Amino acid sequence: MTARVATPRHPRTIRRPASVGVSVPKVEGFDKVTGRALYVDDLRVPGVLHGRTVRSTVPRGRIRRVVLDPAFDWDGVVVADHRDIPGRNACAHIEEDQPLLAADEIRHADEAIVLVAHQDPERAEAAARAVSVEVEPLEPVLTIEESLAKKALLFGDDNVFKEIRIARGDLARGFADADVTVEGTYRCGHQEQLYIENNGMIAERTKDGGLLVRGSLQCPYYVHHALMVAFGLPADKVRVVQTVTGGGFGGKEDYPSMIGGHAALLAWKSGRPVKIVYDRLEDIAATTKRHPALMRVRAGVKRDGTLTAWDMDIVMDGGAYVTLSPVVLSRGALHAGGPYRCPNVAIHARVVATNTPPNGAFRGFGAPQTQFAAECHMERIAATLGLDPLALRRRNAYRIGDVTPTGQVLRESVGALEVLERTAKRADYQAKRRRYARENAAAEQAERAGRRAPAAVPRLASGAPARKAGAGRGPGDGRRLRRGIGLALAWHGAGFTGSGEVRLASTAALDLTADGRPRILSANTEIGQGALTVFAQIVAERLGVPPGLVLVNASDTGQVPNSGPTVASRTTMVVGGLLERCATGMRERLELFAERPIAGADDFRRVARRFLRERGPLRIERRYQKPPEIWWDDEHYRGDAYGVFSYAAIAVEVEVDLDTGEVAVLDVTTAQDIGKAIHPVLCAGQIEGGTLQGLGYALLEEVRWKDGRIWNHQLTNYIIPTSMDAPPIHVELVEIPYSHGPFGAKGVGELPMDAPAPAVVAAIAYATGVRVDQIPVIPERLLAALARRGVR
Amino acid sequence: MSALVTLSFTVNGRQRRVRAPAMKRLLDVLREECGLTGTKEGCGEGECGACTVLVDGLPVNSCLIPAVQADGAKIITVEGLAKGPKLTALQTAFVEMGGAQCGICTPGMLLSSYALLRRAKGRVPREAEIREALAGNLCRCTGYQKIVDAVRAAARKGPRR
Amino acid sequence: MRSALSTLEVATPRDLAHALRLLHDSLATGRAVPLAGGTDLLVYLNAGQQVGRRFLNLWGLGELRGIRETRGGITLGALTTFTQVREHPLVRRRLPSLAAAAGVIGAWQIQNRATLAGNIANGSPAGDSLPVLLAHEAVVHARSVRGARDIPFDTLYRGYRDLVLDPDELITAVTVPFPPPRAFAFFRKVGTRRAQSISKVVLCGLLRVARGGEVDLARIALGSVAPVPLRARRAEQALLGAKPSATAAAAARAALMEDIAPIDDIRSDAAYRRAVAGNVLEQFLRAADARFTRG
Repeated sequence: MTARVATPRHPRTIRRPASVGVSVPKVEGFDKVTGRALYVDDLRVPGVLHGRTVRSTVPRGRIRRVVLDPAFDWDGVVVADHRDIPGRNACAHIEEDQPLLAADEIRHADEAIVLVAHQDPERAEAAARAVSVEVEPLEPVLTIEESLAKKALLFGDDNVFKEIRIARGDLARGFADADVTVEGTYRCGHQEQLYIENNGMIAERTKDGGLLVRGSLQCPYYVHHALMVAFGLPADKVRVVQTVTGGGFGGKEDYPSMIGGHAALLAWKSGRPVKIVYDRLEDIAATTKRHPALMRVRAGVKRDGTLTAWDMDIVMDGGAYVTLSPVVLSRGALHAGGPYRCPNVAIHARVVATNTPPNGAFRGFGAPQTQFAAECHMERIAATLGLDPLALRRRNAYRIGDVTPTGQVLRESVGALEVLERTAKRADYQAKRRRYARENAAAEQAERAGRRAPAAVPRLASGAPARKAGAGRGPGDGRRLRRGIGLALAWHGAGFTGSGEVRLASTAALDLTADGRPRILSANTEIGQGALTVFAQIVAERLGVPPGLVLVNASDTGQVPNSGPTVASRTTMVVGGLLERCATGMRERLELFAERPIAGADDFRRVARRFLRERGPLRIERRYQKPPEIWWDDEHYRGDAYGVFSYAAIAVEVEVDLDTGEVAVLDVTTAQDIGKAIHPVLCAGQIEGGTLQGLGYALLEEVRWKDGRIWNHQLTNYIIPTSMDAPPIHVELVEIPYSHGPFGAKGVGELPMDAPAPAVVAAIAYATGVRVDQIPVIPERLLAALARRGVR
Repeated sequence: MSALVTLSFTVNGRQRRVRAPAMKRLLDVLREECGLTGTKEGCGEGECGACTVLVDGLPVNSCLIPAVQADGAKIITVEGLAKGPKLTALQTAFVEMGGAQCGICTPGMLLSSYALLRRAKGRVPREAEIREALAGNLCRCTGYQKIVDAVRAAARKGPRR
Repeated sequence: MRSALSTLEVATPRDLAHALRLLHDSLATGRAVPLAGGTDLLVYLNAGQQVGRRFLNLWGLGELRGIRETRGGITLGALTTFTQVREHPLVRRRLPSLAAAAGVIGAWQIQNRATLAGNIANGSPAGDSLPVLLAHEAVVHARSVRGARDIPFDTLYRGYRDLVLDPDELITAVTVPFPPPRAFAFFRKVGTRRAQSISKVVLCGLLRVARGGEVDLARIALGSVAPVPLRARRAEQALLGAKPSATAAAAARAALMEDIAPIDDIRSDAAYRRAVAGNVLEQFLRAADARFTRG
């Protein structure tokens, strides 16, 4: 659906379709609703071998020997271990400390040791079971506390992978200025990304002595780099292609390098194509998770709620190897003050080593953890001072011109107050607080007196209308319910931190196909968020053509330049921005050639084909240019951490069952300032999806461990929300444009993850009077907290 | 006792005859012997519903059905919904309203929705009904909101699909 | 899928008699595992758990299907799916707890395949229909080549996942008596989320307060709080003859704690199960009669 906009340029009116700001049909939508979309496991590869991975069953130890059971028929089975790696035994990311396959030592449970492959998947499975690894176990370090206490030294001389300090003003002075000091300790656990498509890769040797690897991934050039290192191959001998990817959320940012390296090694050794696709049991057990975090906050406030000092200590659990931890820590630390002005700030952040599978990227990337603490702390401050939580946030939220803890001046596009007001208004926050307080008091009274409580509106019926209240639900069914509403405000920087975008030096391109259509060449991947569609819209708008004319090339390192990874909420803002410049450049070239403006799809193709005939190929490439006013000092952690921040506020309404500790989320309202919604439906979709992941983070999703291994590694026991757990989610898009974003767009992918969890905790506190400082607030935890506070 | 069986069933209206291990999962028979890869595996435990197909009109997890029990069945997979290039109102609603993001849950989600709309016989289901009908289809991308909206919109479009 | 499915053998009997013959004959060389809807068995196979090498495919046996009213109750065929249970007008009207339980098992896809006998024979103490069958004093009809017998539900489980059925016996049907007149029926499952969940505590209760003001019927059955689903006999005794009151509720709760033996496991912990079992019991009592207030 495109709107028609008349844009007079010359005496005659030229009609060009508008694309940006319109919710056009999704580019790859047809394939996805007809079953035509080919995910990695759908690809038929003649002669393929099925790979399986033999993993450690203990979290720490020394490998004594590997035994292939002599009673097993190994005919046709390919076996590979670390000795078969042609290049360096490393799964290269920032560092190269993580091996592709364990050689002498085990540093985490389910660490990969041996690979096997066979044409028959059942034989491959049996072969994996016929490999035994004798390990001399060592005492593992399994928690943040054990690591800090140096139960064993796993890294350096203190187990700290990375340490960051951010300081502003004079902390001592800030506390001296305060009327009240409020302290709190907060804790977040692991979270599994739980993309519905498990990790999978297909690898094969190419005729020129290189490798072709295809699969489910977010960053083809990351895999490309890792393969170059592991196989000692030059860049042009490695080709990585993204297949249709069934969700990533960060879980396919760095892990594909590992599984891709494994498939490639088996292919390398056997000369046959190899497919490795994990089942859910293996995917949950072995792949990356969100970093757990332990955070202590000490805040100084004036009686009217003005923040004078903010002192925060953060420790994250990085798992066994460095991988992405320094970057996660960085983003976490940079967001740790919340979107609030405070003249005196000290943030001390560390990420430590443990003998658990390395943690990695998950939407939000450190910011959901630290903002969980920050927002819970704001609620604690409000409660301590007897202030309305909305008023407290209003008083302290950033405005244009304010300065962040790294000394960044927020020059433009600061929607903090706007989203706060819009959310509170749409959710009817104040009125609901009064109403719930009244209803809760009435319910309590009725229960004491043995009267039927005023009929609570029943939530979702179970289906069978049980006459005599047999289903245990509905009015008069004896349930003891309390309701609450909670608020939270968050911010999220778009793009790579600090000088990251400069270091990435991303390049994207636009060329013409033989039949005159514009084609986007970027390494950014469609993982559900709508990147292909948004790119097409941006390019179409600048070219003056309908988005359906624009093609997007596959994300194939053999065909596209390195536009950087699909992470960090950078895809629309940074890469979309590059493509906007490409499209402007292409339009200028073609109009110069035609000596007139181009109007519409047919005209474009005619001009383009003529250009190709007369001048040859056309390819416009643009590279990232840092806006001149942005500066960053990596050594002292000062300056403009991000070009711009997006802002979100959320109001969450809950119903707590005092008998079971179950928390039902009744409704969610959220306003989010994302600069510009290139595609309003996709934009709202990102917000809704991220919000529900945040609710799962708050209430349901817990990784449970047993002897250093993940215990609940089946979908039956790792609990994500179903449609019946999900509330209606009301989204308001706020557009406060950013001058350096395409059409004003900022980032939206991760922002929705930051505010839901603390809002849920605030709502529970309002409903029950009990504040829980650790997520997930599973019923066991809430019931115990209620009991401790005498709420039976 | 036999490890191999010969099965006759229809898939999307087409008669099929397949020889396969008796305990092979219907999911794998559809994807391999029938070449229909639209139905997906997300968990192998009957939790995620990505493998949902209709067997004799009822949505079921094909990862939990042994091939031998599919003999004589009428099966509908996602490939059987559209008529060539002409999408059903349900599929169109998913594409236009943001019901499909990464798309991996979409085939199963469409079949459960389709089954719901058939049962509703032209009535527009309430939100609670839609959410219950889809409770066996996990989605990690959308938050379910736009899926629910798309199903309701499709129901409003007409008596069938 | 971590099991080698191609190595597994399946027999598909023509009818019940054939099935019983095949099952009996299989004992000599390794018992064939009865396979109904497969919603538990296939999950074990997927995880690579050894369930068996040979299977007896019962799915096509029409004799094991059907729901019909008998004198004083409803008889449901072994292969009745939970969708059939929850949608049957007679079940909804006369056994609402059973319909309610059917509606909270998994989700639609599971309910369309999971069977009553499968839930019973799988023998998990977390089976959602089991407390309902217990509380209603259901009777399991079993058959073998030697003949038929009836097994009262509360004698069915010897221990954890251990049924008194002979290895060559099949469940053919279950008869669930209607609750006594004027009995208040209650069912609640507390799971890990709103759907697609395994119960942490599941309770079915029947209660009646006689015209004289005392409880004259109290049946309370729970799952997930012991190695087997159980009747909370001490709690029932504490209620029988008592007048609804806060004291009576407290006494029943205290007695319940003696009936149950919950553990810590992958889904929850003993302390939670204890607290919730007691709370849900009190909720049941409150819902039955508002005078059972919380102390």
